[in-house]
Formats: sequence, structure tokens, C-alpha cells
Amino acid sequence: MELQYWIWIAVGLSFSLYIGIAIWSRAGSTKEFYVAGGGVHPIANGMATAADWMSAASFISMAGIISLSGYDGSVYLMGWTGGYVLLALLLAPYLRKFGKFTVPDFIGDRYYSNTARSVAVFCALIVSFTYIAGQMRGVGVVFSRYLEVDIVTGVLIGMGIVLFYAVLGGMKGITYTQVAQYCVLIFAFMVPAVFISFMVTGNVIPQFGFGATDVKGVYLLDKLDGLHKELGFHEYTSGSKSLFDVFCITMALMVGTAGLPHVIVRFFTVKKVSDARKSAGWALLFIAILYTTAPAIAVFSRTNLIETVSNKPYEQMPYWFEKWETTGLLGFTDKNDDGLIQYSADAITNELDVDVDIMVLANPEIANLPNWVIALLAAGALAAALSTAAGLLLVISSAVSHDLLKKMIKPNISEKGELVAARLAATAAVCLAGYFGINPPGFVAATVALAFGLAASSFFPAILFGIFSKRINREGAISGMLVGVSLMLFYMLKFKFGWFGAGTKADWWFGISPEGFGTIAMLANFIVTIVVTSCTPEPSKEIQKLVTNIRKP
Amino acid sequence: MKNTYWKKNVQYISILLTLWFIVSFGCGILFVEQLNTIKIGGFKLGFWFAQQGSIFCFVIIIFTYIYLMNRLDKKLNKDE
Repeated sequence: MELQYWIWIAVGLSFSLYIGIAIWSRAGSTKEFYVAGGGVHPIANGMATAADWMSAASFISMAGIISLSGYDGSVYLMGWTGGYVLLALLLAPYLRKFGKFTVPDFIGDRYYSNTARSVAVFCALIVSFTYIAGQMRGVGVVFSRYLEVDIVTGVLIGMGIVLFYAVLGGMKGITYTQVAQYCVLIFAFMVPAVFISFMVTGNVIPQFGFGATDVKGVYLLDKLDGLHKELGFHEYTSGSKSLFDVFCITMALMVGTAGLPHVIVRFFTVKKVSDARKSAGWALLFIAILYTTAPAIAVFSRTNLIETVSNKPYEQMPYWFEKWETTGLLGFTDKNDDGLIQYSADAITNELDVDVDIMVLANPEIANLPNWVIALLAAGALAAALSTAAGLLLVISSAVSHDLLKKMIKPNISEKGELVAARLAATAAVCLAGYFGINPPGFVAATVALAFGLAASSFFPAILFGIFSKRINREGAISGMLVGVSLMLFYMLKFKFGWFGAGTKADWWFGISPEGFGTIAMLANFIVTIVVTSCTPEPSKEIQKLVTNIRKP
Repeated sequence: MKNTYWKKNVQYISILLTLWFIVSFGCGILFVEQLNTIKIGGFKLGFWFAQQGSIFCFVIIIFTYIYLMNRLDKKLNKDE
């Protein structure tokens, strides 16, 4: 059957599934809208968290990023999984025990201050908007690449679907569609991975194929290190970044993960404290399936790519080469006019440009898999982008309707009124996200690091102190958050956007890249919080009781 | 009783977070060069920790914590 038909079938079926779930799980109360009624099973919540967390970037780009950077790519693998240990041990159970709807709820109540609540709302909005624009763009790109519609139509279709189930079902609708989306995306990711692993190493489990030998009996990683040396790249299994920078980036990503509001709110949806711990465990297990496969795919595709193209005549390239050339993901310029493809680390003689996205997207073709696998991949990428977009959308809408409206502007609003406000806020947020998806601000890619840095430098310290210390007070927490966020914003704006006199790599403080700076901003938050707290009075007895109470199971 | 519950919890957390730090920042970053001199199968050990081993360990750490805390919860219920 034609590829186009397969893709329409796969995408159509998966979308009807999401719509069906949305109709089945309409939200009738604010509790259902914000936290799915609070009775989600830990395994279901684990799957929903995994889909919520794994975005278009994890699905499409991550394996490629690792593939092009080798050991340096480890920061993403460790950074985006290690945060769940912090969540499970330090945050999730206590926030569940606290038992409200949002992260600003906790910050506002624990630090008995609407100023603290506003700072938290501000951070939640920035973090979520930065992130959601990228997701809508991802939806548009997948649509345009696979379904031959233009990006604008693609984004509009994506907006329509998310709008439908997020506005209708709130967290309840989102949770159960995310469970379905997890199943779609993990199946779509694993099928090509298993085939490629078998093709390259004879081992059907990619995680084992990663360390196995090729058909000639040479270890794959040794072979790749050798190929890299020949072409002038740094060894695949060793890095090019400084050790300190790798340390800081990994830490910022881990702590940022634990501080992202759309991940944290997922733990408000389970019945009891022990379920919050369990769902963090399940979530990481479900995430680990993809995250331990990605580095294997990275190695398979890298070896495959180099062996297929390096010093081979352009005329003899397989058909997929030309196909991906037209999409701009592969680019070949014959600089020395010899008809051969020279691929090397030296920018002057290198003739091949490789986009990170190609490693996952071209996999089925490179492995000669049937058309339905490609269709599956398209549905999987859409599932990854939509599930993350929906989770973020909910954070934005609850920040507006619950934290701003109900808690600060109009406390006597009725339950029904709040629900209407939540739906309106979600609709407005989808439209705004769609707008950014169609007209992406140039900084989308650069600001993903900002989202993690901001989460790490604002929420994480405030929540951690709120649980593990009874002494930390309002003044300390607010000044800590403000200093952390401002410092992070300043560093990003200076080195990513060229404000405040700009700066180059040589000017980085202590040699830390903007991606890793969240670690420093977080430390600054910790120090400021402690110092300011020690000069100001301790919180009231009631607040201390609240802390004692959230520590009980 | 409440107090010992919290103390025990903090003790579990400290031990498990130490392990968390060792498998990721320790084996995968700080001592990666030294560990890379050891080879197991096709993997250099440091590289393996950085790209795969640490993730497996994270999963084990969380499930250990779940087990320990469930046991502690049960004990608390019995004593009350």
C-alpha cells in the first residue's frame, strides 16, 4: 500500500482514539479539571507522566543529538532521567500529602504570602510557554513532513485536537489520552529500533545490541571510535566539553526536571502518598525504555551513516539519501568536485551536513522497513508532541484560573465560574501556543535550556526548603527565588541573546555554558534564602504545623 | 514515634541520594576517564555508566525507596 495511505490511517486512528477518550472523560468539577479527581492508578499515572515528559524533542531529536556528540550527549540521558530520583525522594510524596492543585498553591501557602504565589505563577507561566511553543512547532513539522500539508495547517490540526480534549476533559481527559499516547509513542519508537539492532548486531534488544559486535565480530563502539578518529572527530566514547561544564549541565537538567510544574502536578492526581512514590518509579521505568534505547539507536545510525556515505560516490547513494536531501535534513556540496562524499570534522573540507532529526526519522528507510513502520513513526512523534503540549496547557490554565483568579483576584468565585475560567484560559493558551508554533520566535531552541534553568533556580529550592526545613520563612524564599530567576535570566540574555554587552564562550563565568548555569543560579538561590531567613523572624506555629503534617505519611 | 518515622525517612533518602550521586556524577562524569580503562564486553565502563548504567541504577534506587517506605509505613501503622 502507498505510504501516504498508511500515514493517514495511523494518524487518523490514533487521533480518533484520543477524541474518543476525551468524550468519555469529560471533567465535571474543578477537582476533575485540575487533578483528574485525584484517583488515578499509579501505573496509569506513570505512563501519563512518561508521555507528559517525553516531548517531540525526546522522540525525534535526542537520539540524533547523542549520535552527533557521542559521550557529550550523556548530559541529556542522565539529566533527563536522574531528576525523577529527586522527584520521588524529595518532592512528589510531600506535595501529594499537601493535597492542593498547583505548584504556586504550595509555595503561596507554605510561605504564607501572595507575593510568593505571584512569583511562582510568573515562573510557571514563563517555563510552560517556552516549552509549549516548541511542541506546537513539532506538531506542525511532523504534519508537513509526513502528510504533505503546510506547517500552518499542521499546527491548526494539532491545536484543534489538543483544544478538544484539554478543554473538555481538563486533567482527567489529558491523563487518559496521555496513557494512550505513551503506548503509541513507545511502540513507534521501539519497532524500528528492534529491527535496526537486529540488522546491525543480530541482537533484537537494542540495549544489548549497543554493546555487541557487528557481523564481522568487531565491537560496535570500538568500530565507531575508529571511524571517528579516521574522520578527525573526537572519539565517540569520550567527550569534548570540559568536565566541570558537563557536571553543571547534568545537574541543571536533573534539578530542572524535578522542578518543572507540568511534571510535578502529575503527582497531585494519585490517591495517596505511597501512590505518588510508586508513580514516580513507574514513570521513570517507562521513560527508561526510550532513554536506554536512544543511545543504542545513536550508535547504530552513526555507524550506518558513516559506512554508507564516507568516501563513496554520490551517484551510488541509496534512494533515501536523495529523499532526505530534498527535505534539507541532509546536505551535500561537492567542494572538490570528485563526485565522492567527504565527511569530516574539518569544516573546510567537510561536504556533508547532517541534521540531528534524521537519525530517528530516516531509520525505517535505512533499515528497509515496510511503509507501515514509517506511518507508525509519524503517529508516535505526534503523540509525543501532543501529550507534552496538553500537560503544559493545563499548567498555564490552572495558573490563570486557580492561582491568579481564585486565590488572588476573586476569591469568592463559584466552582462553576472557576471551571469556565479554566476552560477559557486553556483556549486562550492554545491559541497563543499555536501562534508561536506558526511564527516561531527565533529563540525557541535556545530557551529550552532557559526553561530548565528557571525551574532549577526558582521552584526546586523553594519547594525543597518548604518541606525539609521549618525555619525557612517568607522573606527568605521570596528573595531566593527572585535572585535565582534574575541571575538565570541575566546570564541567558547576555550569552544567548547578546544583551548586557553580550559575550562569547571565553567570557563564560567559570567556563559554564548557559545550559549549565541553572546549577549556579540554584546555588545562589539556596545561599540567599538561608542568609535572608537567618536575619528575619521564623514562620508562625501554624506554618510549622503544616510542615510537620506533610511529613506524615 | 512520628519523629523516628521522619528520621528514618531522612536516613533512607541520604543513603539513596548518595548512591544516585555516585552512579551518575561519580561514575559517569568525575571518574569517567579512570573507569573507561576497564572494559566489559563492548563497553568502556565509564561510558556505559554515562549512557545506560546510571539510568538502570536510577530505576532501582526509586523502587528500593518505594519498598523501604512501604515497610516503614506498615511498621508505623502497627505501632499506632
